[in-house]
Amino acid sequence: MTTIDQGTIGYAGPQVRYRTCPFTGRRIERSAELLIRANAVAAVVFLAVGGFFGLLVALTRWPAVQLLPADWFYLVLTGHGANVLLFWIIFFEIAVLYFASAVILGSRLATPRWAWLGFVLMIVGAVMANYSVLKGDSTVMFTSYPPMMAEHWFYLSLIVFAVGALIGVFVFFGTLVVAKDEKTYDGSVPLVTFGAITAAIIAVFTLAAGAIILVPTWLWSLGFISGIDTLMYKLVWWGMGHSSQQINVAAHISIWYAIAAMVVGAKPLSEKVSRFAFLMYILFLQLASAHHMLAEPGMSSSWKIINTSYMMYLAVMASMIHGLTVPGAIEAAQRRNGYTRGMFEWLTKAPWGNPAFSGMFMSLVMFGFLGGITGVILGTEQLNVLMHNTIYVPGHFHGTVVAGTTLAFMAMTYIVVPLIFQRDIIWPRLAKLQPYLFGIGAGGISLFMMGAGTLGVPRRHWDIALTDAGHPFEFAPGAYLMMGLNGMSAILAATGGLLFVVLIVASVLAGPKLDGPGAKLAFPLHDGAAQAVSEYGSEPHFKLPGTVMLVSIFFFTFVLYYFVNWKYLSDLWLFN
Amino acid sequence: MAINPPSNRLWWKEPIHGIELAWIIIAFLWGVFMFFFMIAWHFIGNQNLSSETYRVNPDKFVERVEEFATEYQVLDETGAPVDIAGTPLVRPPAGGDVYMLGRLWEWWPALELKKGQSYRFHLSSADWQHGFSLQPVNINISVHPGYEHILTLTPTQTGDFGVVCNEFCGIGHHTMTGIIRVVE
Repeated sequence: MTTIDQGTIGYAGPQVRYRTCPFTGRRIERSAELLIRANAVAAVVFLAVGGFFGLLVALTRWPAVQLLPADWFYLVLTGHGANVLLFWIIFFEIAVLYFASAVILGSRLATPRWAWLGFVLMIVGAVMANYSVLKGDSTVMFTSYPPMMAEHWFYLSLIVFAVGALIGVFVFFGTLVVAKDEKTYDGSVPLVTFGAITAAIIAVFTLAAGAIILVPTWLWSLGFISGIDTLMYKLVWWGMGHSSQQINVAAHISIWYAIAAMVVGAKPLSEKVSRFAFLMYILFLQLASAHHMLAEPGMSSSWKIINTSYMMYLAVMASMIHGLTVPGAIEAAQRRNGYTRGMFEWLTKAPWGNPAFSGMFMSLVMFGFLGGITGVILGTEQLNVLMHNTIYVPGHFHGTVVAGTTLAFMAMTYIVVPLIFQRDIIWPRLAKLQPYLFGIGAGGISLFMMGAGTLGVPRRHWDIALTDAGHPFEFAPGAYLMMGLNGMSAILAATGGLLFVVLIVASVLAGPKLDGPGAKLAFPLHDGAAQAVSEYGSEPHFKLPGTVMLVSIFFFTFVLYYFVNWKYLSDLWLFN
Repeated sequence: MAINPPSNRLWWKEPIHGIELAWIIIAFLWGVFMFFFMIAWHFIGNQNLSSETYRVNPDKFVERVEEFATEYQVLDETGAPVDIAGTPLVRPPAGGDVYMLGRLWEWWPALELKKGQSYRFHLSSADWQHGFSLQPVNINISVHPGYEHILTLTPTQTGDFGVVCNEFCGIGHHTMTGIIRVVE
């Protein structure tokens, strides 16, 4: 120990204050804790707003209900996309970045004043965007494809939000430097932090792509630029739009590892393999902009094939690796915990009553089966023509972003509230139920929208009965059934979402206080939680019969579904 | 923490377990297969979206579509132009050029094609982006103003097929449809 206190170098803010977490023994710095709280609260608020919009959208698309009039439907759909896909997720991701740096590494947060500035900018941007959309002259959908033009405030709001988020990302990088400099950890950073670094690097690329396209579009809306090329816009915009989903993937996979570590004490099977898989994301995921250009004019086939496959599916391989190593780490840990009988005792005796675990595991399964496989199908050059812009596409990304990312983030919140807000979950019985309600609902939304999309139902469409159309076309009766089931699933998911918001708000405001001596958690962590999540090290020995079975089922489903779609394609009219 | 042995703390120097290695190889080979299957379909398959594209002035494109519609307008026995619900019905010669225009809020004109014949199909938009969605066949192609996309299309079924717009194009988006009739 030297006599120089931590936090004196290059830091002119208020005194750095730490507390020791009674459950993990980790030290947690005050400003990091406050910023995690602020970002998490903002995230939940925008989830509530965006989720409510989502329910209205689903009830309007349920043909028997058709809740909203057309103009309100398109308006609310624009707001739904911005609030959940951008604001809920990115606020939460900033909280995750601060957690994965300052809390897991036991460091202080770098430049908390800049972090607060970033937070304020994000709030200003998000509120401005909602104002602009609700005012009614920015009903351009989340993608805002030109030449359709929104009010200039809409573009400006997204730019302001992105600048705020970028500041947050750089505070994260700064915190890594501080932690290394002040030697708060030893050797390589833990895997969860490594995954968060991946997310942050992709975030810089994403936000840069957003700036490159949104700044000129904003100038265009102000009249300084005469036009925006529609293909160029789509290509660069999706450099933000799709890559931002890769931030989600990197972030929620980090969360899978974090929850597995904290709830069952899981260590990565091998640090090398899991980190290598994260690296593949940095190298290749940003090519996914091409997924949105497969049915466009003007792109050559070789460009499409190279880009859409993430350079020979190396990023898909990375996701498949996590698909083995996450359940594998859980199985290995559970076997260490004594659940060794048969192929699946580790899974059947897993803490299914802990919402952090149940949410995380459902997120893992549904992200793979619903979001992952269908993403590869959609991203296949020729197969894309079968589903491009049908409601299959939202079906796919509700599998990734709702059943995958959102459910994982909700699961993480059940750990963040006790550890960071120091308030326990207020109604544990309801909390146990919540991930199932939301997860089954979200899974249904994804599945039934994809079913309807297979029958040709378009996305972003107020009336599939085509009542007022010049040439009414009758969609198959199955399409109506699917859209109805989608509406019902949305009610289920919205119930789960509302329950989540109420549980979290009530816990934060009135949950049992945990800062006294002898406090106990409603959902206890594993004894080795702190060590598993914050220290480097692989699982030395393991047997994974259950996981091998699970990934075999996954692989079989993947291959089967892949060829089923080629069969569908070969039945189409001929075109080339 | 300091009690831990400092051995082997570089992650890229760790050993790989057999199960993980096997799965990586399977995933890699499957990726390689899927990659080459897209290329292979250009040779063995009949459904590959053309990349033949030209920049075009939207007004000029509208003029060409109108000329095309006038030239091949279907006439009834009295010599009067035939329409389907107000949209002129156009019967282009087999193997020839066919135009379809997306605009707020219709696909124009109505086409009558022959089954098994190939057509050079010109797609573009007069105003905003639209989505050409042929139903119930389920062929979905994006249509941009200023870009003329040309594909060779061969219908393999007969009947009346709907063209729905599946790219959001404003408040009338859900009323935007068109029709392609395929006859023997």
